[in-house]
Amino acid sequence: MASVSTGAAHPLSTGASAPPERRRSNWVPYALLLPGLLWLTVFFVVPMVTLFSQSLQEGSVDEGYTFTGNIGIYAEALQGYFPQLLRSIGYAASATVLALLLGYPLAYFMALRAGRWKNILLVLVIAPFFTSFLIRTLAWQTILSDSSIVTETARAIGLTDLLQAVGLTGNDNLMASKFAVICGLTYNFLPFMILPLYSSLERLDPRLVEAAGDLYASPAQGFRYVTWPLSLPGVVAGTLLTFIPAAGDFINSKLLGNTQTVMIGQVIDAQFLRVLNYPLAAALSFVLLVLILLLVSAYVRKAGTEELV
Amino acid sequence: MSWIRRHLLAFAALAVLFYMLIPNVVVAIFSFNNPKGRYNYQWTEFSTEAWQNPCGTPGICESLGLSLRIGIVASLVATVLGTMVAFALGRHRFRGRAGTNLLIFMPMATPEVVMGSSLLTLFVMMGLPSGGGAILIAHIMFCLSFVVVAVKARVASLDPRLEEAAADLGANPVQTFMRVTLPLAAPGIAAGALLAFSLSFDDYIITNFNASPSSITFPMYVWGASTRGTPVQINVIGTIMFLIALLVVVTGQVLSNRRQKAA
Repeated sequence: MASVSTGAAHPLSTGASAPPERRRSNWVPYALLLPGLLWLTVFFVVPMVTLFSQSLQEGSVDEGYTFTGNIGIYAEALQGYFPQLLRSIGYAASATVLALLLGYPLAYFMALRAGRWKNILLVLVIAPFFTSFLIRTLAWQTILSDSSIVTETARAIGLTDLLQAVGLTGNDNLMASKFAVICGLTYNFLPFMILPLYSSLERLDPRLVEAAGDLYASPAQGFRYVTWPLSLPGVVAGTLLTFIPAAGDFINSKLLGNTQTVMIGQVIDAQFLRVLNYPLAAALSFVLLVLILLLVSAYVRKAGTEELV
Repeated sequence: MSWIRRHLLAFAALAVLFYMLIPNVVVAIFSFNNPKGRYNYQWTEFSTEAWQNPCGTPGICESLGLSLRIGIVASLVATVLGTMVAFALGRHRFRGRAGTNLLIFMPMATPEVVMGSSLLTLFVMMGLPSGGGAILIAHIMFCLSFVVVAVKARVASLDPRLEEAAADLGANPVQTFMRVTLPLAAPGIAAGALLAFSLSFDDYIITNFNASPSSITFPMYVWGASTRGTPVQINVIGTIMFLIALLVVVTGQVLSNRRQKAA
């Protein structure tokens, strides 16, 4: 299953170098690409066009829609749901930072210190990922419920007071709060952070860190100037794989949050499937897509990793 | 004290692992609960009733069956299409390479809620009905990229001289592919297929946008239960899934270790 880990670990690295020239005739690659790319074009690219078109239509589900080019819907969407949009980005960013802080030590330990325990740890990281995440999120309702051991302990050590003071919870409970939603998001996407980190740390040559030590670098300097830069591809891949799904998620905010923690995904879901306001929902969905693409491309450019597309 | 300092990293790693595994432990423990109300959130008393009758709640095993069928078909199709794309990218030079990479990358950089809702608008405009077929189309779409990435990693690491050697020994291109290339790429393909199955089997957000009342997948059943009342059977099935996943992952590890030793 080491192969699963490497497979899941590099969803973003598409490899910069092209393979060497082959003798085969040049229609072969196109024949191989055709069905897959056709599928992605028809069921991924075309829907983006219909989504945009839907946002500029007016009408109702029963009477049908006509295209009117109603750009005003975007002003309406932004005006009405700016807080939810901002909140989604904020929660996703917090969860990403937390996942990096939690995931890095575990990935580092697995890759460089675990020895013969490495494979067992890898199994324990991957296995929960293969079990229904809805069921696991429901388990957090039990873990964080008002009379659970965790909540009682948090009360006893004054953690609930602290969380309330900084505004992450609204009372002396843990459930149905910002805190619970961010905890849930962090938990949910942690494997997506750990696996890319692990695979880039695993390829790190420990002799480089030793060399830094031989040249009188302190362990902290060795980490800062050798380990961390070499693990950057994993950090970039991991943060993207955590941030993107977290920003659009509504499972955690709905199951673990309250009416003050509504995220944009929840609004899109409700507008599409309950309110049936397709144009507004499509506009919100499109805004989310554009926002994420802008953030991701700015981030990738800044991180400057050539391994990414 | 210095012993603790020396093992600080190990403690941190174990604490994070604990955080990652505690929900699975809770799910397993509460599968033996006998809750008082409709919700299985409070421990009441020990019972093995749900384990004796895992299909004991209406609809649960039907939804599980549907998820399994969709997962198997979606991962098969996505694996075949994705493997073909991966071979093209890993084994050939061609014009349009950057565009292909971008098209493969985009679904992974798009939030699920956007993919789900955009497919909904497509199906509405085309007048296609929602339901099992729509779910299958959606699942194949979002699994494809992950298969490509998993298989490509493997294909890229293959030694091209092995194929050349086969050709030198008189194998035609088809024989070379079937006897040399495919077996060498098999671990990547298996990993991609497994990943695709688990993504499909576990998907709620995209499925939700394309489902009809007659196509309730297992994640949709669980979501519905979270508002209606959660039967203990959900925990039983969750625990069984965890054990199967553990078994599959361990088997994979053992196989890949054996391969490495043999090689």
